[in-house]
Amino acid sequence: MRILYYLLQKEFIQIVRNKIILRLIFILPVVQLLVLVNAATMDMKNMEMVICDQDHSSLSNRLISKIEASPFFVLERMTPDVANGRERLESGEADLMLVIPNDFEQDVIKGQSGEIQLLANAINSQKAQLGYAYMQRLTSDLGHQFKLEMTGEKTQSTLSSTYTYWYNPELDYKFFMLPGILVVLVSVVGMFLTAMNLVREKEMGTIEQINVTPVPKYTFIVAKLLPFLVIGLFELALGLVIGKFVYNVPMQGSLWLVFGIASLYLAGLLGLGLLLSTFSASQQQVTFVSYFFLLVFILMSGIFTSVDNMPEWGQKVNLFNPLFYFIDVMRSILLKGAQFWDLWRQILGITILAISFLTLAVLNYRKTS
Amino acid sequence: MVSVTNLTKTYGSVNALNGVNVQVKESELFGVIGPDGAGKSTLFRIILSLLLPDSGEVEVWGFDPVKDYRKIRQMVGYMPGKFSLYEDLSVEENLGFFATVFGTTIKENYHLIKDIYQQIEPFKTRPAGKLSGGMKQKLALSCALIHKPKLLVLDEPTTGVDAVSRSEFWEMLQKLKKQGITILVSTPYMDEASLCDRVALIQKGKILDVAAPSEVVAGFDGKLFGVSGGNMYHLINACKSFEGVESVFPFGEELHLTFKDRDDHSEALMEFLRGKGFDKLNIRLIRPNIEDRFMSLMSSESFHE
Repeated sequence: MRILYYLLQKEFIQIVRNKIILRLIFILPVVQLLVLVNAATMDMKNMEMVICDQDHSSLSNRLISKIEASPFFVLERMTPDVANGRERLESGEADLMLVIPNDFEQDVIKGQSGEIQLLANAINSQKAQLGYAYMQRLTSDLGHQFKLEMTGEKTQSTLSSTYTYWYNPELDYKFFMLPGILVVLVSVVGMFLTAMNLVREKEMGTIEQINVTPVPKYTFIVAKLLPFLVIGLFELALGLVIGKFVYNVPMQGSLWLVFGIASLYLAGLLGLGLLLSTFSASQQQVTFVSYFFLLVFILMSGIFTSVDNMPEWGQKVNLFNPLFYFIDVMRSILLKGAQFWDLWRQILGITILAISFLTLAVLNYRKTS
Repeated sequence: MVSVTNLTKTYGSVNALNGVNVQVKESELFGVIGPDGAGKSTLFRIILSLLLPDSGEVEVWGFDPVKDYRKIRQMVGYMPGKFSLYEDLSVEENLGFFATVFGTTIKENYHLIKDIYQQIEPFKTRPAGKLSGGMKQKLALSCALIHKPKLLVLDEPTTGVDAVSRSEFWEMLQKLKKQGITILVSTPYMDEASLCDRVALIQKGKILDVAAPSEVVAGFDGKLFGVSGGNMYHLINACKSFEGVESVFPFGEELHLTFKDRDDHSEALMEFLRGKGFDKLNIRLIRPNIEDRFMSLMSSESFHE
């Protein structure tokens, strides 16, 4: 135990002396959380819309004012000229273009279906789809209302659906993104730093010097992992503080549970870093290999996209993706207030991965030295 | 107190060690001399328990580096050829760190390293990476000694060190030997061999000879000549073309040359060279040194192959 204490002391001195890494540990979470969470928003608010109103009727005016009142759309410009509107769509100044043809009100009054045309810039398909869906809701609302006023009779759709977005009622995308980005942050710091640290000892030859001392292997490995576990948890805490005070992210569940699972998660990820470092001879190699794994993990994890939409094989791959479990855990605990037993599958997954990574790392470390 | 018997180690198809036998006595300054790639580091790493041998026996004060590696690590000090201390830790922190991982303190064994460490003590707060080559070497030696090892293993400690530091370093080794520490040192420099109590000449994983430096030289039988004059390269080629010449290799400003029957045919050679248009020729009988012996052993070894 005394040896462990001296090894840890040495590790921390080295971390503190490495000014770039030290600064990165503090700056990384702040920048990632302040910039990325805001920038990587997928809120479909404020979609710019061009409207070509050729009808100029009271109904078309009502439709336009309804659009203006919607938080989803911003009226970019009114133009009577379809060609002009199309140009604006093509140049990217507008995301959507709505054409209200000449006889719109007439058709509706006659009892025919009034037709309007919505053109969307589908380069961002998500945006186009959502814009279309919002618009449909908006027009059908208006249609029912209008019919009621005109004839006094309710339309066939006597059932109207109402929406409530549970756990994130205002559909605040930041609430969704922050836990995810926080997990990425903790993972990057933990995995990269561990992997680099051990390879550095190899590169400098210091591991030779350590190997001729009576320092037991396990003590050495624990001394290598523990500092980065602590740093990882520190990053998590810092990130949560930023989340609370800057974004007012809800923290419904137990923070103890968050940190408990985070420790387990980090142990596994650091183990993976250690494992990769046993395969690598230089910091360059280990950086590239870690980057490869992390990129796959992050993109598969469901941080941006819904895992349920992935092909089945992708979902199977995610069984081996620690980030997938932990992002789910973070969102569930913070936003939903999930308890231990709600998350047992994820916790089991993280535990199995952690044990496997660590075991492989230790076995391989022993073999190579 | 180190005994190596029939040790072999292969890396793939390369025979790094090929049936090596060496006995190192207590409090001996033992040199392992050989060119790069001869197997010096491999031999040391096996003795240090850093590498597993393929076959053969190694005993370090009765302990086996494979089974009793913990015991061995407690009693050996190792200084690799490449500086391998923590460059971002200061001189003092490095020394303190290695003292503590061996369960001792700087104070306890200060007497051992005093002579060496005093020279770098004024810089004890400086990061080890910012030291000069000679000072790095002194720090590395201090760190290897701080736990009072019985055996000190030095892998090419003087490679890349200036001449003054080199002779200083050997003086330090002599002092350490007097304190009862057994020292195993490798070097590619033949002139350092004469400073050892005994040397092993190693080449291509085989020990060619183990003896005291003077005996090694005495093992050189026959007469050795120094030849000089004119262009070295042409002179070597000309000498090689003379029938009676066994070996010729450059040594400083002279060629060291032997005849096949190890006798004196200098007159005939002179005649031959003059006939080839060389002038200002000079030939003299010289005393062989360790390098000459090594070269002759090496050439006879490859002759037998």
